[in-house]
Amino acid sequence: MNPQTIREGYNFAYLDEQTKRMIRRALLKAVAIPGYQVPFGGREMPMPYGWGTGGMQVTAAVIGENDCLKVIDQGADDTTNAVSIRAFFRDLTGVRTTEKTEEATLIQTRHRIPEKPLQAGQVLVYQVPIPEPLRFIEPSEVETRKMHALEDYGVMHIKLYEDIAQFGHIATAYAYPVLVNGRYVMDPSPIPKFDNPKMDNSPALQLFGAGREKRIYAIPPYTDVKSLDFEDHPFEVQRWEQCCAICGSDESFLDEVIMDDQGAHEFICSDTDYCRERMANLEVTA
Amino acid sequence: MYVAVKGGEKAISAAHELLAKVRRGDTREAELSVKQVEQQLPLAVARVMTEGAVYDPELAALAIKQSAGDLVEAIFLLRAYKTTLNRFGICEPINTETMQIERRISATYKDLPGGQVLGPTFDYTHRLLDFSLMAEGDVSEPSVADISPSAEMSAEPVSVEPVSKVLEILERENLMVSESDHQSEPTDITRDPITYPAERSARLQSLVQGDEGFLLALGYSTQRGYGRNHPFAGEIRIGEVEVSIVPEELGFEITIGAVQMTECEMVNGFTRHRDGEVKFTRGYGVGFGQCERKAMAMALVDRSLQAADYDEEVVSPAQQEEFVLSHCDNVEAAGFVSHLKLPHYVDFQSELELLRRIRAAEQSDSAKDMN
Repeated sequence: MNPQTIREGYNFAYLDEQTKRMIRRALLKAVAIPGYQVPFGGREMPMPYGWGTGGMQVTAAVIGENDCLKVIDQGADDTTNAVSIRAFFRDLTGVRTTEKTEEATLIQTRHRIPEKPLQAGQVLVYQVPIPEPLRFIEPSEVETRKMHALEDYGVMHIKLYEDIAQFGHIATAYAYPVLVNGRYVMDPSPIPKFDNPKMDNSPALQLFGAGREKRIYAIPPYTDVKSLDFEDHPFEVQRWEQCCAICGSDESFLDEVIMDDQGAHEFICSDTDYCRERMANLEVTA
Repeated sequence: MYVAVKGGEKAISAAHELLAKVRRGDTREAELSVKQVEQQLPLAVARVMTEGAVYDPELAALAIKQSAGDLVEAIFLLRAYKTTLNRFGICEPINTETMQIERRISATYKDLPGGQVLGPTFDYTHRLLDFSLMAEGDVSEPSVADISPSAEMSAEPVSVEPVSKVLEILERENLMVSESDHQSEPTDITRDPITYPAERSARLQSLVQGDEGFLLALGYSTQRGYGRNHPFAGEIRIGEVEVSIVPEELGFEITIGAVQMTECEMVNGFTRHRDGEVKFTRGYGVGFGQCERKAMAMALVDRSLQAADYDEEVVSPAQQEEFVLSHCDNVEAAGFVSHLKLPHYVDFQSELELLRRIRAAEQSDSAKDMN
């Protein structure tokens, strides 16, 4: 690695070493207590709160010179915020970046888990807006911390039950709550529930950073992650009747693209790397 | 084949170039210098320093220039810069009693030791647009002799002696609850996130950095009956105070500079205290530079957040500590509101899919009912 590639006047990965150490201590605690929200002394970052400052602080704390970084937003490497965060770390660490899921040692994500299964040794860093899964039921932090301590999760099940009574379905399509390691109810960040099963027993380390709310939590590799449900209303993921208009995949998460003023639409893979690789393979076999 | 248009590096850098162009404005006009901002927009600089939590008029002026006058953006720039600074020490508590008074007023006493010093203020100006400021050319120096000091009110400080504090006068008479140093290490909200109930030190730190507009509205709401606390502006003072540190290797205090500060102490409604005595209560506000509105609003909110200390019923927003402190930071608030501009394709897609499924299921149900 060539140290000259780092922007002058700044430490490697922006944060000073003391701050990184503080974040790493919080991360260690988070890994030791899967799904538990660890308060940490979150710093202001040069990007606005709500734009991934928590994820960036976690990434800054764990990134090393030999890492290869991938940044996605909505599954895509080329969305504006992903481009901006990737450029930030390229500028302030000089590490290699990639769009290929399998090449990355460190992946920072907003709202998706890559389609390609993650491997042991990879770290997935989630950007989290509201870390507290009980927040929409109980606005007070004092109360929700108590509820976690007492494992008092009845209200969450009541909320899910009320959905079923009212809509016939659990009306949560993203940020669908999970039970981690049989103990803590956790917000998986606003990923679609389509991605929830990928968290369960993943060989990769999953780290969650909430900058504005100053919380860090984690799922260590090979940890049970169960989406909350009922025996007679088992958890299920989204399905599409269409397939990707580019690569033809019928098993990936699809984004809807509006084609004209009349609202005609097509569907394409949200994971751009997955879609690109499928296209490349199709061309080879063709 | 339709290829989805998503933002790319080129679009971002072009947008930033456009912004730089908009910020510069018409190039036939001279460019604004950082020094001009610092010297000629001192109140904007003060707000940015206070809420940006860094005392550096030059950097605050740079932030204002860079943000094209968007003060919340400038505050954000300064905070982000603060993150990168090393801490080399903690200063001794500043003593506002030894402030070199530039302005000092009390609304509770007509005259008092040290006198009423109006200083530079918008108070008592008529809010008429002054078209003479549109004229080019140098404005003549204001002449001090034009301002005729009356017996109890002067425009310039009369002495450089320490001016005693109004609330301490009340304290000495046993009419005011005392504010004492607990000698305990204050919380540092930049290092440990606030937990509730918060320490007073954490609360005050959070309020100092808090958004002026938000605190102003909350303070105002207490005046309108939502958590009334019967305030009087006991004292407002503005001036420079010395900052000193005690380096470990020296073991004695050395002055490292001076900062301009605004301090407001409110005298609030009296109440019977747990020890049985009836005394006035108080609220405290402070900030960098000349930031009177902010300091007053902060003092009102500081008092309303003491509701629990005086067994007052907590019924209004301004009295709810968790509500006030977790929403008063404009860097946090502006960030989270603005993040709605980021793409939410995936979440929205998930909702779309669910809504369609619910509607489809209901339609097939009602079709079945028809048969």
